[in-house]
Amino acid sequence: MGRDVSFVLNGLETHIRIEDHWTLLHLLREELGLLGTKEGCGSGECGACTVLVDGMAVNACLYLAAEIDGRTVLTIEGMEAPDGTLHPLQRAFVKHGGIQCGFCSPGMILSAKALLDERPDADEEAIKAAIAGNICRCTGYVQIIESIRSVTRKAEEKVKVMAWQADEET
Amino acid sequence: MSGGSRCTPMTLPQAIEEVDMRRFTYMIPKSLDEAISMHVAHGERAKYIAGGTDILIKIKERKAAPDYLISLKHILGPDRPLFSQETGELYIGAFVTHRRIETSKTVRTRYPILHDAVKNIGSVQIRNVATIGGNLVNAVPSADGAIPLIALDAEIRIHGPKGRRSMDLLHFFLGPGQCDLETGEILTEILIPPVLPRTGSAYLKFGRRQAMELPLLGVGVVLSLEEDFKTCCRARIALGVAAPTPMRAIQAEAFLNGKPVDEKTLEEAGKIAAEESRVRDSIRGVAWYRREMVGVLVKRMGRKALQRIHETHGRR
Ligand SMILES: Cc1cc2nc3c(=O)[nH]c(=O)nc-3n(C[C@H](O)[C@H](O)[C@H](O)COP(=O)(O)OP(=O)(O)OC[C@H]3O[C@@H](n4cnc5c(N)ncnc54)[C@H](O)[C@@H]3O)c2cc1C
Ligand code: FES
Ligand code: FES
Repeated sequence: MGRDVSFVLNGLETHIRIEDHWTLLHLLREELGLLGTKEGCGSGECGACTVLVDGMAVNACLYLAAEIDGRTVLTIEGMEAPDGTLHPLQRAFVKHGGIQCGFCSPGMILSAKALLDERPDADEEAIKAAIAGNICRCTGYVQIIESIRSVTRKAEEKVKVMAWQADEET
Repeated sequence: MSGGSRCTPMTLPQAIEEVDMRRFTYMIPKSLDEAISMHVAHGERAKYIAGGTDILIKIKERKAAPDYLISLKHILGPDRPLFSQETGELYIGAFVTHRRIETSKTVRTRYPILHDAVKNIGSVQIRNVATIGGNLVNAVPSADGAIPLIALDAEIRIHGPKGRRSMDLLHFFLGPGQCDLETGEILTEILIPPVLPRTGSAYLKFGRRQAMELPLLGVGVVLSLEEDFKTCCRARIALGVAAPTPMRAIQAEAFLNGKPVDEKTLEEAGKIAAEESRVRDSIRGVAWYRREMVGVLVKRMGRKALQRIHETHGRR
């Protein structure tokens, strides 16, 4: 059998025939070859499979492919600009050591993007709440929170002020 | 099960097999009646699915094996809680997600006990899809959505092959994982009656961490005061994981009624509630500790409810 679904995947109109019991994670990884989205637990616990559906963070391992018909999906592959320039969040993760083995990073970055799209000035508490469903076994979270904080609007304003002060001092 | 020799290592292959999805047909009805007739047509081979955060895991773990999953997500209805200025009632459709409840300003300001509870269910990813109806129908003793709604005297509406009915939420729960729904019936709405003036409320899910964990206990308290801002005229104390089903500590509520709410009476109410609870030993905590914690937390949530009454009335 199967069913036809149409959705926008990382900005591209996509039409594909799927099976009803496929998860979005299966569709992305096994059928479309997008391996950036990771499978950790397969049961909603680890967040490695986090993608954005209509801008909302969801666990792709618990989201049926049949449900994406007519929706918009963003995976880590869609974060960089067409010319390969990394998204500011991705650059922040690199710069602040928010990545070690990298297994949690796609999910972390997408959870962070969903947060910042909604609250560009998110504080540390909001950042922690937003990534509570993303497990990292390497970094100890401090660098991840720092990475995300560095691209919040508040942080940018502060950085500007600090840069200006530093100029004065030297 | 493969026979195999005695020394076959079994952890890895099984773990991988367990997360595989079993085949099913997914059906997307657009109305309640259509959904119900689909369920009736397929009987026990069918199951409803809302957010899927519970049922899909059960399918992966081979604890459920429906041939048909009937989606409730495309049935039209308000996608967020609605407050009626006219009647003072709060209406929440069963297919509303935890996230919509969490981000509702009405819920945050008028029903803080519900906001306390839903904001800590799973993670953002889970709350974006999981529904309040699925949480109730799941009927686990720890269902975080159930406790505050019981404390708020919620009533539920059910639509099924034989028509509509309503009941109070407390009596919906029959046992662990068991609720009062017959095959094909759909939980459609949750209705919270008007809250009295000078009411405050609070909920705490008690565990090692707030996010992503099944709690040791869930404690919800709703207090309403007389015009003197001291005497209790109505108390609701609801407990999760304290019995096979969510429960109310009726005797503790009755004790508070008509008394001034202060440290002493809250302490005593906590003790009575602890006596009433039917906590058991589990891997997450032994019974005596949990009983003790019922007392501590009822007092603490009572204090918080009281504090919230004073805050909303600009008093200290
Ligand atoms: C990682 C993770 C963390 C979690 N954390 C928490 C937590 O902190 N607290 C908590 O309480 N729960 C938690 N849960 C459990 C679960 O997510 C919630 O109970 C959720 O609200 C279930 O809703 P759903 O819409 O996803 O249910 P579904 O899986 O869609 O459905 C659950 C069951 O109810 C039936 N059903 C659903 N809606 C209806 C309806 N309207 N009428 C009739 N039958 C219906 C389905 O047939 C199914 O049997 C967690 C789950 C996961 C995977
Ligand atoms: S793989 Fe989806 S949450 Fe772990
Ligand atoms: S960087 Fe390795 S799991 Fe997070």
